[in-house]
Formats: sequence, C-alpha cells, structure tokens
Amino acid sequence: MRIGSAKESYIADEALFATRTQWVWFALLLASLVLFPFVSNLYWLYLACLVSINVISATGLNILTGFTGQVSLGHAAFMGVGAYTVAWLDNNAQTPFYLNLLAAAGVTTAVGLVAGLPSLRVKGLYLAIATIAASFILQFVFINWESVTRGTRGINIEPPEIMGIVLDNPDTFYWMVVPIMVVMVLLAANLFRTRVGRAFIAIRDRDISASVLGISLPAYKLMSFAIASFYAGIAGGLYAYFMGSINPESFPLLMSIFFLAAIIVGGMGTILGGILGAIFMTLTPEVLRYGVDLASPFIDEPGAVLSPVRTIVFGALIVGFLLFEPHGLAEIWRRIRRFFHLWPFRT
Amino acid sequence: MSVLELEGISLGFGGVQALSGVDLAVEEGTITAVIGPNGAGKTSLFNVISGFYRPQQGRVLLEGRNLTRLRPPRRASLGLGRTFQNIALFRGMTVLDNVKLGAHVRMRTGVFSAMWYLGAARREEARVREEIEREVFDFLEIDHIRRHPVAALPYGLQKRVELARALAMRPKILMLDEPVAGMNREEKEDMARFILDVKEEWGITVLMVEHDMGMVMDISDRVHVLNFGQVIASGEPAVVQKNPGVIQAYLGSGDVNSLRERLMGESA
Ligand SMILES: Nc1ncnc2c1ncn2[C@@H]1O[C@H](COP(=O)(O)OP(=O)(O)OP(=O)(O)O)[C@@H](O)[C@H]1O
Ligand SMILES: [Mg+2]
Repeated sequence: MRIGSAKESYIADEALFATRTQWVWFALLLASLVLFPFVSNLYWLYLACLVSINVISATGLNILTGFTGQVSLGHAAFMGVGAYTVAWLDNNAQTPFYLNLLAAAGVTTAVGLVAGLPSLRVKGLYLAIATIAASFILQFVFINWESVTRGTRGINIEPPEIMGIVLDNPDTFYWMVVPIMVVMVLLAANLFRTRVGRAFIAIRDRDISASVLGISLPAYKLMSFAIASFYAGIAGGLYAYFMGSINPESFPLLMSIFFLAAIIVGGMGTILGGILGAIFMTLTPEVLRYGVDLASPFIDEPGAVLSPVRTIVFGALIVGFLLFEPHGLAEIWRRIRRFFHLWPFRT
Repeated sequence: MSVLELEGISLGFGGVQALSGVDLAVEEGTITAVIGPNGAGKTSLFNVISGFYRPQQGRVLLEGRNLTRLRPPRRASLGLGRTFQNIALFRGMTVLDNVKLGAHVRMRTGVFSAMWYLGAARREEARVREEIEREVFDFLEIDHIRRHPVAALPYGLQKRVELARALAMRPKILMLDEPVAGMNREEKEDMARFILDVKEEWGITVLMVEHDMGMVMDISDRVHVLNFGQVIASGEPAVVQKNPGVIQAYLGSGDVNSLRERLMGESA
C-alpha cells in the first residue's frame, strides 16, 4: 500500500485503481488514445491498430502462459481459427460483424479447450510440444478444408460496417479496435483481483498447494486455455477484418513464437507486461526498417538485409531479456515509477 | 465422536512398505499428534489423508463419509486443511494473496463475474479480505506483513503464514506436518499457543506430526506412535511416553542422542 493513501473501505481498497494518482494516469492514457488519431497520419494509425490486435492476443497468451504457467506455442494457430471463422461467416452469412467476432471467439474457445486437454497430463516442455502439434494440425486443416478455407488460395473478408460507416481504413478501424482492446485488457486485469485469477497463479507457483486448498487443477487449467483462446479468437477475427484477406500462411508457428517473445520481453505474469511486450515487438520491425532506410546509401541491397536483421534482433531480444531482465519491460517500468514515486501529484 | 477415521491403511512404494494396516481415529475437538522416527511413514499418512497417495488398502472417513476415491481439492472443500513439512507457500505472492487463496473454497465468484468485477465479485473480495484481516491476521499477529511478498519473510513467519492460509479455509480438521521444525524456542512457544487456540477458540480439530516431544507432550490430547509404517502405541501423552515399545523404537532408529530430549520433553 502506498504511503499517504488512507484506507477508506475494503471495497475501495480492492478496486482496480486504488489511488487517485492511478485514476489520473488512466484518464490521461484514455485521453491520449482518443486524441491520437487527430495528431497522427495513416501510417501511425495502421500501426496502432496492429498493436491493439497484438495487445489483445498477447494478453490472452499471458493469462495462459505468464499467469497459469502453461506454455503454449499454438497461440497464432488459435488466432487463425478466429480469423477463418470470421472469414467464413463474412462470405456465407449476412451476420453483422460483432456477431461474427463473438462467433470467432466462441469457436476458438472450443478449439482451445480441446487443444488444452494435454495440459491435464503433461507440463512444461512436453506441453509446449503438444501445443506445437495442435498448431500443425490446425495449419493442416486451414490448407486442406478447402470448402471452408479455400485452401492455399486464401479468402477475402469485406471490411466491417457499423451504422453505415465502413471501417475500411486504419483511421476508421481505430475507433472500433482500440475500445475493444481497452475493454479486453481491463477484463483481464479484473480477473487477477479475484479467486479465479489467484487460482491460476497458484497453479503456476505450486500446484500441490493449489490442490490442497481446493483448487481443481484440470478445471482451472482448461479455464485458462479457454480464456486465452477466447482472446486469440477475438484478436484473430479483428486481424482478418483488418488485413482483408487471410491464407494458411498468415498464422505460422513463427507468429506463436512472436507472441511468446512479446510476453517474455514485456513481462510474464503482469497485465502491463503483455501490453508493453506487444507494443515493443510490433514496433521493433518498424524501427529496424527505418534504420535500414537510413543506412541504405551505404549498403548494397537494403531490402535483402531487413529480414535477416529482424530475425537476429528478435532472437537477441529474447535471449537478452531472459538473461538480464527476466521480469521484462514491466519491471523496468516499475523501477522508473518507484524512482518518481507519486510525481507529479504528491511529493 | 471421531471426525476422521483411518481403517486398515496400507501403502507401498515398490519395495518400501510405507504404511501397513494403520487404524487411527481422531476425536472431535482434540489435538492429536502422530510421532515416530524419521521415515516412519508420518508424511505418507498425511498424503493418504489429503489424497495425494492412494493406499493399496483401507479407507479414509471424514465425519463418516468415505473419502478414499476423492481427489485432493474435493477433500479440501469437505473440510480438510493442511500445511506441509517443507513450506509450500506461493512465493511470488503477498501474504494477503496467499491467505486469500486459503479462502478459495468458501468463495463463489465465477469467471464471468470475475472479469466484469461487478457488485457480487467485488463485495465477496471485500468481505473475505475483511474477514481474513479481522480473524486470521489479528489472531496470528501478522497484520504488519500482509503486503509483503512471502519469499522475503524469515522462516518462522513463513510457517505462520502457511498456518494462516490453512485457517482461512475454516477447515473441520487441520493437519500440520511438523509445525515447529526449525524454529527457535520463542517461535515454538508462539506456535504452540496458536495451535492450542485453534483448538479452543476456533473449535478446529488438529492432527499434527511433530518431532518436538516437549511440544507434543504439552499440548496434545492424544498421541499415536508410528514405526515402520505401523501404529505401535496410542494413548494419552504421559502414558505413551512410558511405553517400552516406544522407547525401543526410538533407540532402534539410532536416535540415541536425542532420545532423552525427545521422550522427556527437554527441548531446551
Ligand atoms: N513418493 C515416494 N516414493 C517412494 N518412497 C517414498 C515416497 N514417499 C515416502 N517414501 C518412503 O516411505 C517411507 C516413509 O516416508 P515418510 O516421508 O512418510 O516418513 P516420515 O515419517 O514423514 O519421516 P520424517 O520424520 O523424516 O519426515 C520412507 O521410507 C520413504 O523413503
Ligand atoms: Mg515427514
């Protein structure tokens, strides 16, 4: 508890933002999200939309891997399930986009529950392998279930429409995806103020103690898989709408590793970690592209350099964070905050 | 009336027979101790009661209900609380969160109301929190450390937090595996007082494994002695203490040095 804030009641103490300072920061953050489109160009809005989708997805994976301790390398494939659900409904039903999105979440949750079954028997590395298997199986389905997915040709998705406004550009899409992202993050944060979220962490930290306290490991592990898949389904559905077309190569194993890297770099097991990691990992390639552009007068084929540089930098980031900053960006942020303490509202 | 009854429990690990035909009854409202030399099977017995080990033979009854086929979480929700010989706290969490986890089975919030965190979920959190602070933290005198991460606490306090977590369950029967092992004299005395109060003020039946004979003789109402997986003596502490078979068991285990200390309660 922070010094200087009197405990008014237990309810207030259990709130998401316990102090006035926290509320002020949250309000400022919301305000800047609202103002952002007015001060930026299409390129930055495009990135903001992509970041938002990745924040939703990374937060889902963080619930499963960071908080519950169940490593998953199938997260991108789950996004694929959400994306294909949206794509199929868009092409075969006249349902509105929000229903499609909910259906994507529902279908992905069901698939995630099945893919989570191995977690009842195996942990750690073995579970990681089992989720890779799930990822390959889904990939196979994306390619071969032609009547639904159109196989390797891919499938197009019409932009979503809300009250007559077609969200076919980042500057309109932004107003749909950012609020969804904010709500999904707040829902995740709330989870960890209650018995459900605590049970997840308990399973991660010491599963024997968890079960002696009456926490059913199978039920909560599957619940965690279900929630993570729900997030992946929403993120995948949004991704399909945002990109306008998807194919089986849109959701490779490498993308699952990207999300795992995001929560490692951001900070496993903190909500802030998922957010920071997704922002950081989405923007890093852009920064690199910019760097290669600057260096282009001095190197031969700038286009050919970018991809290997990106892979090397991603690899170095993961190793670097694991070794030197295992609690990720979120911990660095905490250190900065401690330094400034309650600045500038109280001293 | 017996709250907990064990009937003919036998448990083997490959070649090792950890328990053979153990019968044991724990009377309601007592402190019952299980003692015995190292490797006698005490922790194994606890693990059979909690449901971590499935005995090859025998039954575990809680208030007459057969638990033998139930998994540990179900047994917990029926009123079986316990602590571990090696502290088993959630090391990353604060004291408060650890103890709140103890109340898990008494809470109802599901995943939907948790995520929206509306009225019911919020009120339940506040109520349990208030209850824990008023009843458990005050009682165990750990109010000042509720925001501390448990990993940073000294050993004695960690043991106390583990007791707090088990008490937050409000179990019918509380099983303590070596509650004062590794503690200094003062910490031991505190813990002994807490355990007595758990019985007298909270009305919870206590079943404990303990090597510290001084403490066993002081606070328990009944003692069962386990040796090589068998109950070799049962009765009031003073009677068991004089049982020649018991003295023999401790001698046989090679614990000659600590024999006097252990049997005569000279734990100073
Ligand atoms: N999981 C296991 N696998 C194999 N053998 C085991 C297992 N658990 C216990 N044992 C064996 O069962 C016997 C009883 O062990 P247990 O831990 O119950 O003894 P204890 O009375 O608690 O001893 P201590 O006083 O040292 O804690 C020992 O011989 C032990 O090696
Ligand atoms: Mg033991």
